[in-house]
Amino acid sequence: MITLDLLCARFTRLRLEDLEGWITEGHVRPEREAGALVFTEIDVERVRLILELREEMAVNEEALPVVLSLLDQLYALRRRLRAMGVEPDP
Amino acid sequence: MAEDPYKTLGVARDAKPEAIKAAYRKLARKHHPDLNPGKPEAETKFKAISAANDLLSDPEKRARFDRGEIDAEGQEQRPKEPPGGYRRYAEQPQGARYGQRPEAEVFEDIFADIFEQRRRAEAGPRRGSDESYRLAVPFQHAVEGATETLTLPDGRSLSVKIPPGVESGQVLRLRGQGGAGRNGGPAGDALIELNVTGSKLFRREGMDLHLELPVSVQEAVLGGPVVVPTPTGPLRVTLPAGSDAGRQIRLRGKGIAAHGGRAAGDLFLTLRIIIGQPDIKLEEFLRNWTPEHPSDPRADLEETA
Repeated sequence: MITLDLLCARFTRLRLEDLEGWITEGHVRPEREAGALVFTEIDVERVRLILELREEMAVNEEALPVVLSLLDQLYALRRRLRAMGVEPDP
Repeated sequence: MAEDPYKTLGVARDAKPEAIKAAYRKLARKHHPDLNPGKPEAETKFKAISAANDLLSDPEKRARFDRGEIDAEGQEQRPKEPPGGYRRYAEQPQGARYGQRPEAEVFEDIFADIFEQRRRAEAGPRRGSDESYRLAVPFQHAVEGATETLTLPDGRSLSVKIPPGVESGQVLRLRGQGGAGRNGGPAGDALIELNVTGSKLFRREGMDLHLELPVSVQEAVLGGPVVVPTPTGPLRVTLPAGSDAGRQIRLRGKGIAAHGGRAAGDLFLTLRIIIGQPDIKLEEFLRNWTPEHPSDPRADLEETA
């Protein structure tokens, strides 16, 4: 269980407005518990991925949803393959 | 052995920083492991280009590499944050958290209140931190009080008023002299721990001072003026005639200076008779001497024994 404080501490380059925007857009999907935001490891890695897409690969805010949507479809397919007993390439 | 970073990024040795950045971005987009879940070689490749970029994007490291001072391998200590972490989770069933977007727009700003709260907390006034320092106080200053100047690590100098009577371990708090406050918050305090040095002459007991005063046989028997060191300078004291060893003489107000509502302490002198070098005349006199009032100085001991 990772709190907003912890997340901000892990990524010093993360700006609060950006995170809020990503959550509003559904790019990052934390949960709410007792009036606080709770992140899981996959959310943390998702934030890292978005930061890397933006800063290292110069993917801008407009292109970000396209990239994430394609990635989500790709991983959904791979999970389905696995669920059907087909091991996708590592 | 790592490959030549110039080769890894595919740039010339005299490439400009912009060209290196562009080459890195192009390769990063192509090989980021999260974008290539079916290609294990992408991760290795991405690590190599990250390391090459780390080296070549830092002018100092690049210059050292060019001069042959460091090799490409030596600089491969990048992944504190290993890339490709997302893939590990996305491949697992928990990755369904980021399955395809639901039809309805469910991601409204349902956490707006939480973010608002945090923004307010960050924007609100916050008190600066307290900072601790140590200050050595000479014995003299602890007796009379003094003003010392403390130079802080940030170059500021702080005038510290030391009241008379401070003791080792005592902490002075200077309000508002610590870390700066944020967003209009008050500054923290400077906490100054005092370390009072001891004195070779004086023993301290609270506000009082004690001094063992050596006197000659003549001074003890005949009395008279002697010069006594005190923390505030030498002082002429008249000894009463017939002073025994161990006799205490109290010098009022010559201890630790008065401060606030506290009266000054006293200085106690304890006499110690010094016989000194053997003196034939003195010995001869004492041998022929009959005391006027003979008494046994150890009579009290027998009583208590």
